[in-house]
Amino acid sequence: MTGFLSLFRRLEGPQTVGRGPGFWGLFAVVLAVALAYPLFSDGYTVGNTVYFFVWVFIALSLCIIWGYGGSLSFGQTAFFGIAGYGYGVLTLNFGSAYGFTLVALVIAVGIAALFAVLLGYFMFFGRIAGVFLGIVTLAVTLMLERFMAQTAGPEWHIGSARLNGFNGMSAMPPLTIPWPGEPIVLFADVGLYYFVLGLLVVVYLALRILMNSSFGNVIVAIRENPERAEMLGYDIRKYQLITFVIGAALAGISGVLYTAWGQYITPSSMGMTAAALPLIWVAVGGRSDLTSTVVGTLVVLAAFQALTIYGSQYALVFMGVLLVLTVLIAPNGLVLGVMHWLGRLAARFTQRAG
Amino acid sequence: MSLLELRELNKHFGGLHVTNAVNLTLEPGEIHCLIGPNGAGKSTLFRLILGEHHPGSGDILFAGENITALKSFARIHRGLSVKFQVPGVFKGLSVRQNLEIALQSRHRGAELEAEIGRLLTFLGLESEQAQTAGNLSHGQKQWLEIGMAISLKPRLLLLDEPTAGMSPEETHMTGEMVQRLNADGMTVLAIEHDMAFVRQVAQRVTVLHLGQVFAQGSIDEIVADERVAAIYLGQAHA
Ligand SMILES: Nc1ncnc2c1ncn2[C@@H]1O[C@H](COP(=O)(O)OP(=O)(O)OP(=O)(O)O)[C@@H](O)[C@H]1O
Ligand SMILES: [Mg+2]
Repeated sequence: MTGFLSLFRRLEGPQTVGRGPGFWGLFAVVLAVALAYPLFSDGYTVGNTVYFFVWVFIALSLCIIWGYGGSLSFGQTAFFGIAGYGYGVLTLNFGSAYGFTLVALVIAVGIAALFAVLLGYFMFFGRIAGVFLGIVTLAVTLMLERFMAQTAGPEWHIGSARLNGFNGMSAMPPLTIPWPGEPIVLFADVGLYYFVLGLLVVVYLALRILMNSSFGNVIVAIRENPERAEMLGYDIRKYQLITFVIGAALAGISGVLYTAWGQYITPSSMGMTAAALPLIWVAVGGRSDLTSTVVGTLVVLAAFQALTIYGSQYALVFMGVLLVLTVLIAPNGLVLGVMHWLGRLAARFTQRAG
Repeated sequence: MSLLELRELNKHFGGLHVTNAVNLTLEPGEIHCLIGPNGAGKSTLFRLILGEHHPGSGDILFAGENITALKSFARIHRGLSVKFQVPGVFKGLSVRQNLEIALQSRHRGAELEAEIGRLLTFLGLESEQAQTAGNLSHGQKQWLEIGMAISLKPRLLLLDEPTAGMSPEETHMTGEMVQRLNADGMTVLAIEHDMAFVRQVAQRVTVLHLGQVFAQGSIDEIVADERVAAIYLGQAHA
């Protein structure tokens, strides 16, 4: 019981909005609704909802690197793409038997993380910061897009997996969980929904613990004043690198899930538009908090899709307008603004009751 | 053995010779004040000691070890700590969290809480602990940063204009803080323009002028030195 309580305490702290029975009660209700939702919906709609969930991981990656760490990475899509292609190459070569798709998920995310170690080492130990970090990371993702786009010829293959240039790679197997009798294939409906929802909850809670730990303290200290942080004896380059690698892994998870969800991946997933969208979700939601990032991303994605019915150009224009409005009205994020407002309201309410 | 020894330290910014063959020795346990007109190169000297700038030539010895090539964080681990000229607090975080970040590498759990409480009392910031550091007055920011600097239990504390923006009473309180720290064995090197503060705490004073050590001695010797008065007057006329 005390162990359970202390775990709860570590989920809360100055780095995350939302604490106490009120917040966790609401969390439980939302989770229960999310768990029950497939029972009241059809496979197609559930599959569509998974698509939204898939993007939350890359949004969380920006949240910790940019919102908490203060380094604006414009190239999280590079890690998304590397992991997505990685999953494709691995599973097209080795199939899905014996739970290999899950191994492929881990390896693909690992490759993205390894790439982040190399890139991050060069950037942070070379003291590249601020706008230059954004430029370097953007250049990397656009370079990867260009490279993959020119791999149409048959000479571009890894094992039996053709890279297929601009058309991208397809027909890789979905995630498959080995099961006595018959393996469970997670097609883009109810099965994948529960898998991704479970992963999302675990990642969200784990990040809450991480950000409220002493490690998280150093990360926000670096955002606030890197010089002061270093003069407290922290090797800030190491902390920045670790955060960057964690972020890359999260973006990689999105990449693998996306690839497994639609059974395809194309170079445009690393292009300019793809790189810009997560920034908008996170900025509109509220980049400096995990909860507002998750909520903001889901809300904006749903709005985006609703608008796409009228034409995707309009939806993109809407995104731009939304970003400008956020910067003007609530620079720390619209959802976060609402959360703070609700918090003040609750405080006043309990004050009056007490 | 002296605690800090600067040997023939030189630093150029382009054509500007900001640190010119500086030799300076600090004995363990002393409070040493560094004074000099604006632009004399005082803050630059701190940045050289801290490893934020690297000298063109010369050596920096700390407790007998040559630290000239060490990274900043490694020098902090050796026992250096600093309060910057422009208060370097974490503006968006609470006062309490500022101190927690400074203390957390040496203390955990209940011990950490106790240390934070002790430090808040020492700084007189108990009632401000939940405040966002950016909302503090200039003087309170100075104290908060001094608190962060001393939470590392440094052997040498560098203070760059600790009383700037403070009233005479606050300046005096800061002087008493420094003396209490010194009584516990901390060596202090303070850059200061406020002569009342210098008179209150300094056991030895070094005057820096145009990047060079211009004079050194007790506060009375320095005040009586006409050459020193002249460089300050010269600045006042300029
Ligand atoms: N990074 C830098 N690049 C170029 N010149 C610099 C740099 N830092 C300081 N200087 C110059 O070096 C000289 C000394 O600056 P420094 O900040 O060390 O003076 P100071 O003695 O601390 O002055 P003050 O009392 O005004 O704080 C000044 O002329 C300043 O303009
Ligand atoms: Mg200065």
